[in-house]
Amino acid sequence: MNDDAAITDTPEPLLKMTGLRIEGQADEQWNEIVHGVDVVLHRGEVLGLIGESGAGKSTIGLAAMGYARPGCRLSGGDIVFDGVELRSASENYKRDLRGVRIAYVAQSAAAAFNPAHRLIDQFAEAPVHHGVKSRAEAEADAKDLYRQLQLPYPEQIGYRYPHQVSGGQLQRAMTAMAMSCRPDLIIFDEPTTALDVTTQIEVLAAVKDVVKQFNTAAIYITHDLAVVAQMADRIMVLRYGNLVEEGTADQIINHPKEDYTQRLLAVRTYRKPDADPPSEEPLLRIEDVSASYSGSARVLENIDLEIGRQRTVAVVGESGSGKSTLARVITGLLPPEDGRILFEGEALPPALPQRTREKLRRLQMIYQMPDTALNPRQRLRDIIGRPLTFYLGLTGRKREDRVRELLEMIELEPDDFIDRYPTELSGGQKQRVCIARALAAQPDLIICDEVTSALDQLVAEEILKLLQRLQDELHVSYMFITHDLATVRAISDEIVVMLQGRIVEQGTKNDVLTPPHHDYTDLLLSSVPEMEIGWLDRTLAEREGRRSRGEKVLESADQ
Amino acid sequence: MQDALRLLRSSPWSARFGMFVVLFYVFMATFAPVLTPYGESEIVAAEYEPWSSEFLLGTDNLGRDMLTRLIYGARNTIGIALVTTVLAFLIGSVTGFLAATLGGWTDQAISRVVDILMAIPQLIFALLILTIVGTAIPVLVVVIAVLDSTRVFRLARAVAMNIVVMDYVEVARLRGEGLWWIMRRELLPNALPPLVAEFGLRFCFVFLLLSALSFLGLGIQPPTADWGSMVRDNATLITFGDFTPILPAASIALLTVGVNFIVDWFLHQTAGLKDE
Repeated sequence: MNDDAAITDTPEPLLKMTGLRIEGQADEQWNEIVHGVDVVLHRGEVLGLIGESGAGKSTIGLAAMGYARPGCRLSGGDIVFDGVELRSASENYKRDLRGVRIAYVAQSAAAAFNPAHRLIDQFAEAPVHHGVKSRAEAEADAKDLYRQLQLPYPEQIGYRYPHQVSGGQLQRAMTAMAMSCRPDLIIFDEPTTALDVTTQIEVLAAVKDVVKQFNTAAIYITHDLAVVAQMADRIMVLRYGNLVEEGTADQIINHPKEDYTQRLLAVRTYRKPDADPPSEEPLLRIEDVSASYSGSARVLENIDLEIGRQRTVAVVGESGSGKSTLARVITGLLPPEDGRILFEGEALPPALPQRTREKLRRLQMIYQMPDTALNPRQRLRDIIGRPLTFYLGLTGRKREDRVRELLEMIELEPDDFIDRYPTELSGGQKQRVCIARALAAQPDLIICDEVTSALDQLVAEEILKLLQRLQDELHVSYMFITHDLATVRAISDEIVVMLQGRIVEQGTKNDVLTPPHHDYTDLLLSSVPEMEIGWLDRTLAEREGRRSRGEKVLESADQ
Repeated sequence: MQDALRLLRSSPWSARFGMFVVLFYVFMATFAPVLTPYGESEIVAAEYEPWSSEFLLGTDNLGRDMLTRLIYGARNTIGIALVTTVLAFLIGSVTGFLAATLGGWTDQAISRVVDILMAIPQLIFALLILTIVGTAIPVLVVVIAVLDSTRVFRLARAVAMNIVVMDYVEVARLRGEGLWWIMRRELLPNALPPLVAEFGLRFCFVFLLLSALSFLGLGIQPPTADWGSMVRDNATLITFGDFTPILPAASIALLTVGVNFIVDWFLHQTAGLKDE
């Protein structure tokens, strides 16, 4: 370029979106979902887009490729990528751009890979198709990238099918695939959200490393400020399709200006006050329980557990640790092979059909996905009212009054909500309804299976506070199944750490969370991202240091 | 109610045409005795009279008025097809939901029986049974309903399978709800849209099967007017270049097309597909 004006102190940005407006279609109408957002990204820079669901962060990320999802359209503003306006560019031009100069890494690598082709074939597809590399060059390059992303067996792993490698590995293979044409820009859309914490840290490290090495610009989309603090140079906080705040990572994390950003940062600071363990007979006692699915390998081995009255016991573990299976055993959906379960000192029949209605009533469950836990064709009146009729025999006026009372308890206005269908509620409201349905039975113990993990952080915190308030008022006990240690810190009295179907550590919250830890607990605790810039590098350096001193460092089960 | 009106107003021309056709047929069937100039099986003139002001569509092979029989035919054929389809759906949905909810051996047993029934071509199977047990209308209805319920079973089971794995069904199970409650309150409302759409299609097939059986002489028996047998009885006329026998066949075709237009629209609505 001969134009002198272009060679200034601030070079032309790689990507510049000005006044970006995006509309989405609902009920035959176009509604604006992104209201004029400006995004500037320079070469080699990592920009973090953060916000809750519905903030428009993924939509903006995709718009950087000149792409709108089906049912959405780019209705206004300019998208200039390396000097070319993409909104008016031809489909052919954009097609040549995508995959070569702009790449995309999706949240669920398992869903983004084609299960019918080997990893390396999918890796080679873009560079060969776009004529960037020959097939042999692409394969050699793939192995190189696999090595840099610290995938095990980089020479061979490419010849596996997607279902033959783990989630964390797949996410790294996806990143390698995005790097295949050495793009100028990669868009990461929540790449670690579906992963366990111990896996997440490794993927984060690998991604950070590669992006830095090739000086690739990146847009990193996430809802987790602690993660974005590790990855991004600059952060944009979004809400309802508007920009709330923009600044360097340091500005946003350490000196947030806006109230909303401060609230996002303050999330996860809620702590339940310590309470003394009760001395009386525990409500639920699990003795030496083992279980498996139809005779295959054991999923649970020799579990011993007690839950006291008005106590919250958190069962922590990563996917595959057997924590949800434990819930199925307690509820009777999966009768145990060995051991027994005592409820108030009395043995619970192992299988669901053998339990009396009264026993079923006292043990309720709340699910992870409120969307699938509520029948979309029933009104809240019937959803909450059914347990009242079924267990307590309430009908007519009495039932109606009680439903309203329960709605008030979960902080939903009865007149407004009683006739609604679940689809007319937000995610947090749905989860509240699930809580009300469980409470309607007046249970002694509620099993909460990952109840906050499908919710936005601010909403999740409200739910936790609600559960805590209800416990104080109604004296119920909770068994809290979760993989999120922040939730554990917030709500638990006691903690049970599970790994591969066994309990590796259990005790009161303070016992478990203060060192010395069991090795696995230590790995788990140290892998949770902290709201601090440089945490990732520090943690990895620490682990490396310990390894070099010959101390034992557990690897993620994913390796 | 307002939703229904708004939906109706947003319907495409094809659906409106379909609704018009179906309403027209229903009107004809309901008021057949009032609308027809002669009795259903009354012999009013010589055989094969041409079209005239007295016999608008001429007369048939026995000298009965064509128009009269065409209108009565709507009543008989549609009525029987409707009853048959409803019965088929009752049988198919209940067994399909049972198979999906209980799973295991119940599912295996019902599914294999259905496989056996489906392995034999439907028309031949129906012919076989009807020759053995006779062709009284109740028998006809039950036989076709049972044969057709296998298709409904397949759909109901497949749809229910996707619903049974939902957490809200597990919630109901954990609550201790009985089988019937789960099927009626948790499964049925969520399985309804595809089942209703299928109902429209099945109705057409039953209708066609019924007409085919009548054409072959094993369906609705004379002197009851029925479109299938009317085609057969007057088929010879075609050789003389008279297209009157085509009219009952055209009536069948028109209704089938109309119903399908409505079903298409309904499917489009419930599936949430948008023009792209």
